[in-house]
Amino acid sequence: MKLFYHLGRYFLLLRRIFSKPENHRLYFKQVIHEMDKLGVASLGIVAIISFFMGMVVIIHMTINMGNPLISDIYNSYTTRDVLVLEFSSTVLCLILAGKVGSNIASEIGTMRVTEQIDALETMGINSAAYLIQPKIIGMMLVIPVLVTLSIFIGLAGGMFIAKIGNLVTMNDFLFGIRYQFKPYYVVYSLVKSVVFAFLITSVSAYHGYYTKGGALEVGRSSTLAVVYSMITILIADYLITQIMLS
Amino acid sequence: MIRIESVSKSFEHQQVLKQIDARFNPGQTNLIIGRSGSGKTVLMKCIIGLIQPDSGNIFYNDQKFSDFTPQQQLQFRKEMGVVFQAGALFDSMTVEQNLKLPMDFFTNQSQKEKTDRINFCLQRVNLEKSNHLYPSELSGGMKKRVAIARAIVLNPKYLICDEPNSGLDPLTAILIDNLIREITLEFNTTTIINTHDLNSVMEIGDHVIFLSEGEKCWEGSREDILHTDNKTLNDFVFASELMKKIQ
Repeated sequence: MKLFYHLGRYFLLLRRIFSKPENHRLYFKQVIHEMDKLGVASLGIVAIISFFMGMVVIIHMTINMGNPLISDIYNSYTTRDVLVLEFSSTVLCLILAGKVGSNIASEIGTMRVTEQIDALETMGINSAAYLIQPKIIGMMLVIPVLVTLSIFIGLAGGMFIAKIGNLVTMNDFLFGIRYQFKPYYVVYSLVKSVVFAFLITSVSAYHGYYTKGGALEVGRSSTLAVVYSMITILIADYLITQIMLS
Repeated sequence: MIRIESVSKSFEHQQVLKQIDARFNPGQTNLIIGRSGSGKTVLMKCIIGLIQPDSGNIFYNDQKFSDFTPQQQLQFRKEMGVVFQAGALFDSMTVEQNLKLPMDFFTNQSQKEKTDRINFCLQRVNLEKSNHLYPSELSGGMKKRVAIARAIVLNPKYLICDEPNSGLDPLTAILIDNLIREITLEFNTTTIINTHDLNSVMEIGDHVIFLSEGEKCWEGSREDILHTDNKTLNDFVFASELMKKIQ
């Protein structure tokens, strides 16, 4: 029963979030601010993780497909598909759910327990829309960019270790990452990233917005936000894959 | 003028407010006093519309709040300034941005007009030159004063303050009290203050309502408090041995 209670409250919150903004110019400024705060600020961690994951994936591929009957181009070919199909969208968003999700939940949760949200409401400002809508829009715009960058950085990491470790020749590597390239996979990856961005932001904001109590509850909301964001990402991943690829 | 009529509120079978009636006139400081847990904050939240009462009505200038259309509610909120217990300043914004936010939303003033108004309000609370400070850089008293400045930035008709001087030293507390009183007289606002600070009561209590266990037990002025024979109020006011001796 509690699940239905939370689902109902989540959808009611969404209705408030997507009501008409009181001042479009202010909301636009907030969207830019949130894109910078939540998205651009994550660039460093995205780059590091993607580069190392690219290196690790190509090492695994080289070890597991180390067969004279299989061409070396398949090492970079499979690395590319692992990055495009799952790592750069799903795994990266799971990591971002931890970083961005906890940030959103604790920020909004703290605003709730320190009566800042009440202050907005008494001023006549729709607090849900003002605080959450720019975050959702900002993240839905910036996460696909991060995912695209992650694919390129991951491939760069793979290429780096392929050359340094003499795993695959550059010619084979470059041929492999272009071999049987399907643009639809990139579309699939970007669609997932937009959906995951929406889920990370809205689920985390929901947990922060309905925080009750003090500092302890803010911490609890932050943990719940990360856990539920990750669960919803995994469920959505399955559904989107079922719909778009099977 | 704000009038409340038979307002009751319960939370999970516990009745917090029981049939409260009161009238708060403009141009005077109306105080709601009572022990912690007596229902003061719940009553205040009902008055500002953050909590819906289970029964009873709240009238603003004889207009029932529950009959307001969303547009009227928005208009009403623009006419109301609220000072929360801890100030509720937006941490990520400077003092100036805190004051500017309601103006950005609800006025079409130019940047210069907004800046002039912000400077006027900050000057009014004796906080000139603090425009670019963040709330984390302010003392408790300064935060309360910024909260008051933010509450009056749109020239409100109603000023509602929840324990505006809690956690402050007696001198700063009196400074805040007098500031609220001056603003009330200057702009003829209907001011309601939640407090359990007796210094405030004696300093600015033009009209005082005493709540005990969710019920209105007594009503009068600060002079009347000293001569009342209401036992519950006497127990509250003259709680310490020293005060009993003075009495």
